[in-house]
Parts: sequence; C-alpha cells; structure tokens
Amino acid sequence: MSATLDQIFVLLQHWLVSFLPAVLQPFVSVLLGVVVIIGLFPALFAFAVWMERKGLGRIQNRLGPNRVGPFGLLQPIADGIKSLTKEDIVPLSADVVVHFLAPLVLVVAVFMGFAVLPMGRNMVLVDMDAGLLFYFAMGASTELSIFMAGWSSRNKYSLLGAMRAVAQMISYEVPLLMSSVAVVMIAGTLSLTKIVAAQNSYSGVFPHWYIFTPWGLAGFLMYVVSSMAETNRSPFDLPEGESELVAGYFTEYSGFKFALFFLGEYLAMFSISGLGTVLFLGGWSAPFSFLTWVPSWIWFFSKLMMSISVFIWIRGTLPRLRQDQLMNFAWKFVLPMTLLNLFVAALWRFLGEGWERWVICSVILLLAYVVLGRTGMREGKFGPRRYRYAE
Amino acid sequence: MLGEGILKGLWETAKNFTGSYVSADRLTTVEYPEQRIAPIEATRDFPFLVFDEENRDGGDPVWEAGLRCVACQICEKECPPKCIYIERSKDKKLDYLGKAQYYPARFDIDISVCMSCQICVEVCPFDAIKMDTEFELSTTDRFGGLLLDREQLAKPNEYYHKIHPAEAAGVDAHLAEEKVKADAKAKAAAEAKLAAEAKAAADAAAKATGEGA
Repeated sequence: MSATLDQIFVLLQHWLVSFLPAVLQPFVSVLLGVVVIIGLFPALFAFAVWMERKGLGRIQNRLGPNRVGPFGLLQPIADGIKSLTKEDIVPLSADVVVHFLAPLVLVVAVFMGFAVLPMGRNMVLVDMDAGLLFYFAMGASTELSIFMAGWSSRNKYSLLGAMRAVAQMISYEVPLLMSSVAVVMIAGTLSLTKIVAAQNSYSGVFPHWYIFTPWGLAGFLMYVVSSMAETNRSPFDLPEGESELVAGYFTEYSGFKFALFFLGEYLAMFSISGLGTVLFLGGWSAPFSFLTWVPSWIWFFSKLMMSISVFIWIRGTLPRLRQDQLMNFAWKFVLPMTLLNLFVAALWRFLGEGWERWVICSVILLLAYVVLGRTGMREGKFGPRRYRYAE
Repeated sequence: MLGEGILKGLWETAKNFTGSYVSADRLTTVEYPEQRIAPIEATRDFPFLVFDEENRDGGDPVWEAGLRCVACQICEKECPPKCIYIERSKDKKLDYLGKAQYYPARFDIDISVCMSCQICVEVCPFDAIKMDTEFELSTTDRFGGLLLDREQLAKPNEYYHKIHPAEAAGVDAHLAEEKVKADAKAKAAAEAKLAAEAKAAADAAAKATGEGA
C-alpha cells in the first residue's frame, strides 16, 4: 500500500500513457511530466506568496492578508487577476524585442532547472548523468535575462539594478558551485538521483544526510548564503532594493510581465531550495528510518516548504546589505571557506571510517570560521561601517 | 563572532512570530472598516463652512441663511494651493449681529488640491470656516466629485460642537461676547439717538415758548 502511494504519480503517468500508441508514448510521458511541473510550481508559488505575506506580517506583529477568502488564502488569486488586467506599458525608448523576451527567458530558464530535480523515488523528469552540471548551466542563464531586462528598459534604475544583479550573481555563483562540488566529491557522481540514493541509508534511526557531517554542514551553510544571493532574496536584494532603485531591473515592467518576473524569482527560490534539499538534506529520503513508509514525495515537498519558511524568516529578520559588504563577504569569506571545505571533504574521504575524521574536519572548519570571521569583522569588511565624520 | 547578531535577530523575529498568535496585545492592527479608533480632538482634514440654525429668517434653506461667511475672500487670498473659489453676492443680508453683510453666492473648495494647512481657518475673522474630520471621501468622479460646493461644505454649528467640542465652545463664547458688545453698542447708539431727539424736541419747544413769550 505504502509502496503504491509512494509511486502513485509514476503509476498514474504509466496508466495514462498506456492508452496511446507505442510511438507516442515517450513524448507524451515527458509532456505529462512537464505539464505537472508547470502547473504545480506556480500553484506552490501562489501559496508561498501567501505564506510569505502572512509570515512577514506576524514577524512584524501584523495580521497579514485576511480579507480575500478564509485567512486571506485567495489573495494570490486576486493579485493574479489584478496583474492580468493591468495595462502592459513598454517605454517608448525601450528595446522592444529584448524587453519582451527578458521575462520569458527568465521563467523558461528557471523551469529548465526543475527537469533534473528528483522530487520523489523515480520521480524525475530527465535523469541525466550530469544533472548537477545541467542545473547550474540553466541557473546561470537567469543572469542573462536579468541583464536583458535592465538593459532593454533604458532606465537608469533598471540598468543599475541589472549591474548589481550581474555582479552579485556572478560573485555568488562561484561559492554556490564550490559548496556543491564537495558533495560531488563524496558521492562520486553528478547525477542528482544518485546523490539522493547515496544519502538514503541509515545508522540506527538516523539518516546519512550530508548535512550531518562537518563538511556537509559547512557546505550547507555556504550553500544557503549563496543561494539567497543567487535568487536575489533579502538580505541580498540589492538588485531590486525598493528604497534605492525603485524596483531594480524590473522597474519598467508592468502587468503580466511583472508577474512573470515575480514568478521567476519564486520559482528560482523553489528550484534552488530543491537542489539544496537534494544535495544536503537527503532529497526525498525520510529523516528517520521508521518513517520510510511515508511517501517519498511528501518528504521532498515538506523539506522544500521548510526551506522556503527559512527564506521568509531570514527575509523578515535581516536588513539589506551594502554593495561592498556583499562583495567582501562573497570573495573574502564564503569563497575561502568553500575552497577549504573542498579540502576538508577530501580529508574526510581519505581519513577512513572512525571518530578521528569527525574531530579533525570539525576543528579545521571551526578554526577557519573563527579566524576568517574575526579578521573580517575587525577590518570592518562584513560588520557595520564606521564613519569618521560621525564620531 | 560572525553570525552571532544574525542568530539574535532570528530569535527576536521568531518570538514576534509566535507571540503574535499567543498574545493579542502584541498586534497593533486595527481592522479598519469594522473597528475604528475615535479621532483625537485636534484631528483635521478639509475645511467646512459653519452655519447657525437659530439664525433662520424663513424662505431660504436653513444652511444658506445661517452661513457665517460674509464673502470677504481673505481665505481665498491666503490659501497656499489656491483651492478656494468665492463669488461675492450682489445684495446684502443681515448677519447674526443684525448687520447687513454680503454672502457667498458661490463657495467652492477643491479637496483634491487642499493640503489641510488650516490657514483659511486661522485667517477667518468671522469663525465661518473650520476644519472637518470626515475622511471617507472617496468618489468615482475624481474631478467633480472632489470639488465641493457651498451646499456640501455647509455644516451646522452642532456638528462643529460634535467634532471639536472644546474649540467650538470657545468660538461660541467669543461670538456671544461680540453679540453682547454689538447689542450694547446698538443700545447706546439708540439711547444717544433718543436723547438727541429728546434734546432736539426740548430745544424746539424751548424756542417755541421763547418766541411765544
């Protein structure tokens, strides 16, 4: 029973496809998966927007949306209708074609990333051997769309926002990749399904997720920081900082194109959280061995929603960084730490089983964290800036 | 240490998040259309014209006869964004002091222009224009709907008492004082006139008797 429930979507897909002639079957089965992904994640986006507005409201001791539907649950639908009925304004001096293409490129590139994410046992659209590589290739092309949007609008705010976005995303792309490489080194594969399978075993009741190792925890923290920067989420929302740049690179977008940017941003958040789940949190595997009867896709999506909640929590807590803090943090803290983490992962691999590798790896990482963090703070690279004239 | 402040902040927001579900006094939100906070005494938004109901002299609608405004146009001239438009009447009417005064044939305020500075109120020598507290003025017509004429602007003195009790009491006392002064003056003038007439009559009588003698 639990096995059927676990595979219910896969079985459903096979059953639906079985009505068709054999020639069409491969195409239709892929198409079905695509349709489900395109339908499911925007629905999740609507829910996440509601969750974010409610959560932020509560964090600020407000009620959040509570007018449209019970608990304001229909608010995203109202927002959607509003953005659909709004006038679509294209500035007179904008590059019309690029201006039109930018939101499309963003959404398409972000959707491509979902193709390789395993969302449950056997639930992956394309099981590529180099899935991780494909994911990062697709993730990097969102930068292009953001720059297209900023450049084609011919607006100083848009352009500044796009410049900031490109600088930020390229800086954080490196630590994002580096923190994932540690996982690849240990798992010995670029295939995301195999990475999940490698974590899907238990000692006693506890799972072998990579986050429960010193290098995995460090890698995960670095991954979280750089994924927040990659998706332009607060505290790294400089490219669209309202108080500085109106709306950053999508200042000149209105109506449904704006909604597409909004969608793209949230989808990027989902896909990067999904990847983080796959790499460090065991993907669809259960957190305890006695819970393995729960369908795998429930675990994947609950982990995903947990990560989204953390994103929202952090957004409600931290103020926006300054550009120099952002860059210093990327190049002088996160990057060295991830490089060190690669070394530690190698050590972990070659020290063999036993308690020594736990101690050695933890000590190295902790020391590096303390030393790098303290020097950075002392030199005022990450901490508050001191103004000479204000003293 | 690096990250310490972030953890502290996360703890603080987590406390807010859960606390807002547990204790209702954390939530400062007033759910507006259902719940309302009583406005404070000094609340003000747009001006209105005060009229006195006891001052009716029949025929005209109550508000028109009772308007305190004498169309002196000081407020029109002082208004910084120039949102007041006044047309003075050709004829005159008696005001509450019994004095013949002009009255506004037209008095328009464009509340889409008005900036609620209260200068019109400060400069009015007749206590005719005061600040309102009515704020639910949304309309589907953004030009005509926001241009208030004198009928829409006229509100009774009782209304003024209701929205700004202390201030209105002060104004009433001042007006009553003025009225007493004016009455006394009129009485004195009448007495003087009477005395003058009596004197004239006495003089004339004396003259007549003198002539007769």
